[in-house]
Amino acid sequence: MSAKLNALNSDSYTEVSQYRDQHFKGNRYEQEKLLKQSNTLYVGNLSFYTTEEQVHELFAKCGDVKRIIIGLDKIKKTACGFCFVEYYTRGDAENAMRFVNGTRLDDRIIRTDWDAGFKEGRQYGRGKSGGQVRDEYRQDYDPARGGYGKLAQQQRSTEARNTF
Amino acid sequence: MSRRRHSDENDGGQAHKRRRTSEPIEIEDRLESLICRVGEKSTSSLESNLEGLAGVLEADLPNYKNKILRILCSVARLLPEKLTVYTTLVGLLNARNYNFGGEFVEAMIRQLKETLKNNLYNEAVYLVRFLSDLVNCHVIAAPSMVAMFENFISVTQEEDVPQVRLDWFVYVVLSCLPWVGKELYEKKDVEMDRLLSQIEGYLKRRVKTHVPMLQVWTAEKPHPQEEYLDCLWAQIQKLKKDRWQERHILRPYIAFDSVLCEALQHNLPPFTPPGHMPDAQYPMPRVIFRMFDYTDAPEGPVMPGSHSVERFVIEENLHCIIKTHWKERKTCAAQLLSYPGKNKIPLNYHIVEVIFAELFQLPSPPHIDVMYTSLLIELCKLQPGSLPQVLAQATEMLYMRLDTMNTSCIDRFIYQLVCSSFEADCLTLDLDKPKPKFVKEVLEKSMRLSYHQRIVDIVPATFSALIPADPIFTFKYEDESASTLPGYATSVTVSNAIKNRASNEEILAILKEVPNPNQEDDDDEGESFNPLKIDVFLQTLLHLAAKSFSHSFSALGKFHEILKTLTESDEGKLHILKVVYEVWRNHPQCDCFHGEERQLICEVSSCWNEPPLIFCRLFIWEILHSTIRKMNKHVQKIQKELEEAKEKLEKQQNKRRDSGEDEDMEKNSEDEEGQLEEQIERLQEKVESAQSEQKNLFLVIFQRFIMLLTEHLVRCETGSVDISTPWYKNCIERLQQVFLMHHVTIQQYMGTLENLLFTAELDHHILAVYQQFCALQL
Repeated sequence: MSAKLNALNSDSYTEVSQYRDQHFKGNRYEQEKLLKQSNTLYVGNLSFYTTEEQVHELFAKCGDVKRIIIGLDKIKKTACGFCFVEYYTRGDAENAMRFVNGTRLDDRIIRTDWDAGFKEGRQYGRGKSGGQVRDEYRQDYDPARGGYGKLAQQQRSTEARNTF
Repeated sequence: MSRRRHSDENDGGQAHKRRRTSEPIEIEDRLESLICRVGEKSTSSLESNLEGLAGVLEADLPNYKNKILRILCSVARLLPEKLTVYTTLVGLLNARNYNFGGEFVEAMIRQLKETLKNNLYNEAVYLVRFLSDLVNCHVIAAPSMVAMFENFISVTQEEDVPQVRLDWFVYVVLSCLPWVGKELYEKKDVEMDRLLSQIEGYLKRRVKTHVPMLQVWTAEKPHPQEEYLDCLWAQIQKLKKDRWQERHILRPYIAFDSVLCEALQHNLPPFTPPGHMPDAQYPMPRVIFRMFDYTDAPEGPVMPGSHSVERFVIEENLHCIIKTHWKERKTCAAQLLSYPGKNKIPLNYHIVEVIFAELFQLPSPPHIDVMYTSLLIELCKLQPGSLPQVLAQATEMLYMRLDTMNTSCIDRFIYQLVCSSFEADCLTLDLDKPKPKFVKEVLEKSMRLSYHQRIVDIVPATFSALIPADPIFTFKYEDESASTLPGYATSVTVSNAIKNRASNEEILAILKEVPNPNQEDDDDEGESFNPLKIDVFLQTLLHLAAKSFSHSFSALGKFHEILKTLTESDEGKLHILKVVYEVWRNHPQCDCFHGEERQLICEVSSCWNEPPLIFCRLFIWEILHSTIRKMNKHVQKIQKELEEAKEKLEKQQNKRRDSGEDEDMEKNSEDEEGQLEEQIERLQEKVESAQSEQKNLFLVIFQRFIMLLTEHLVRCETGSVDISTPWYKNCIERLQQVFLMHHVTIQQYMGTLENLLFTAELDHHILAVYQQFCALQL
């Protein structure tokens, strides 16, 4: 019929980001292929206290959720502020990228990104202390994510010891 | 100089060659971009941009004529909010190149025929409107446009065709008149008058049974919910009275009048509207949603009246902008807020009204609900000083009018509100009345998104009666005080067995000990179901797995077999639901989750035997609709498998036909084909059985509705009481909602529904809902 105008088909919220999982088994090309077909989203910046039910309530607005896997601290096995949300269809996941990414859950702006697919072991934080890597190095105080970052906590206690 | 050469050669010798072959594509992309972007914010005026672009395109015509034609046809179809910008552009091109103008008109007619053939009626409206505005740009001669309109209106004389078909042709003509009415009247007033009186005649005799089903409010005040053709007719009447003076539409072609009136015009070829085809899907009728009028915008520009043509044009354009940009909420918000002519209208009010119009549209919103919420949030971010107030005003107004609001719309209002966390005010505490019920639902949904203590903290003391209960699990056999209950001992044993990972057989053996309160001593009927057994097992299991959804789900999955054994009868299934409901009584969200087990699908109606108050809770309906959706997905999945198998067979047959006569190969492909044919037969059966299950589900649901409603109506009649209780309003609207939410699927089973359930003997109150639904596609 008539031209499909690229200029009018912008759908930037559903584009794949720059992040690539360093532990992914396979090459870059395979990872990208999976990301482009995936029905699974990574969700970050959650509070440690956000429950699966809360996540479900929010993400179910975009379609039926197949499963939710809450991210856990590798050592303590408690929630450490991220999760995976898997939908039955890609279209529903795209809507989540368009309309839930960047909105609030438990008063925090959450972030969603495409994920190549859940595999056993990926539900654990990869930081040295057991939580997420970002919580190892951050300097700010975040009461919903265990207070100060791990490094900052250690620095504080070292400082305290040296002072006295 | 050397730097330029360096970048030229960064790919080595190939670069030069590659660039030469990719140039045309780059130029085509550039053309696309130039055309799509014209009219956007720019340092130069729109007129000078159009002039410049016309020059560029004219120069490119010798090499890229077809591409330019296709791009222009596309923007006509896909960017209706910029209609007049593009008609001006075409006008300028036509003035410079008469042949191109003629080819463009022909291409548009071809495109119009295609869109009609493909059931793209909304886009066809934009194409016709584009053509009609080309009259204003001296590209098309007015008399030939009038002739096309006359052909459209002659469709209203057709018989034995769906009314929605006739509606569409009338709508197209009326909706072009704000743009071209003046010009056409100046040239052909006699013909136009005749056209309008034919339209008036049609509108008088058309049937409007569908209207009550589509209205957001049942009350006529303060804003009547008008049927869309009635509203448009009133607007055109008023425009005619004003001598076709229309002041809102941006018309760049006026600035070019001296150039354009020198151009030669083309005649539209005679256009016969395509005949009615049985698989045609005309647009459904609508009701125009209004919630604001000039009294609501306190300062600044006045809001155009509900029957002014300006109102129609503004709403059309805003709807088109949302349609173009809905996938990108920030862009969409920015585009809405930069609507041309925004200084003369209370734009924020129009935007909020249009968004709610879409959100509340029946049967369903044009886009997913959550889009509107995120769009409103973006709009508030861009206009923090003014838009939140308008939204708050809107929310308050909607709240005040809850009593007469359609139940489906209330549901959507709840979702929207909870996401944007606004405060609601509450006046009375009668829990059956819409307002307190609304607040209760809002608080409960808010709680799902956060947690109980938070809600207790933020809700003022006066509303504490409406705070939802703490969502804890109610376990019957919890502690020692329950030890007198029959089954308590077994519960403890089962609990330990599960914790120790006993096998299914072991657990069933333990449960065998549980006496059956239903069984008579000399009852010879074999294994009737044992409610106590189910109770003990399920309660214990769910208590152990109460930690989270995932735990509950895996528990139910793991012990699926045991549950099946205990519930082979329909009654058993019913009982499982009852137990699950008891257990998660205070945690409705979990109830929704469990309700989705496929094995319990047909028995969801058991919830309706519960006291009426429960019947009014939102989550019951969430379960129902979610169950229907699951069933639909199931049917679709098998249908897809069938389609794929059929395609495979066809491919296989083609391959055999084309490949040749090797005997061995022939035998192999024959075998494969045979297998595929078997598979197709099996899948065909599967599809039929799934569809039969689906039909049954709807039959059961509608049957229950009819039973409950009839009971109520009979009771009221014999007691001489008014039937319109809040319960009745809720129930009948929930029935409507089932029709509306699943209208596509239900259409398939209309015959059966009419024969078995919605017969003439039915009480007319209930039958009316069915008839209104049928009227949506007739």
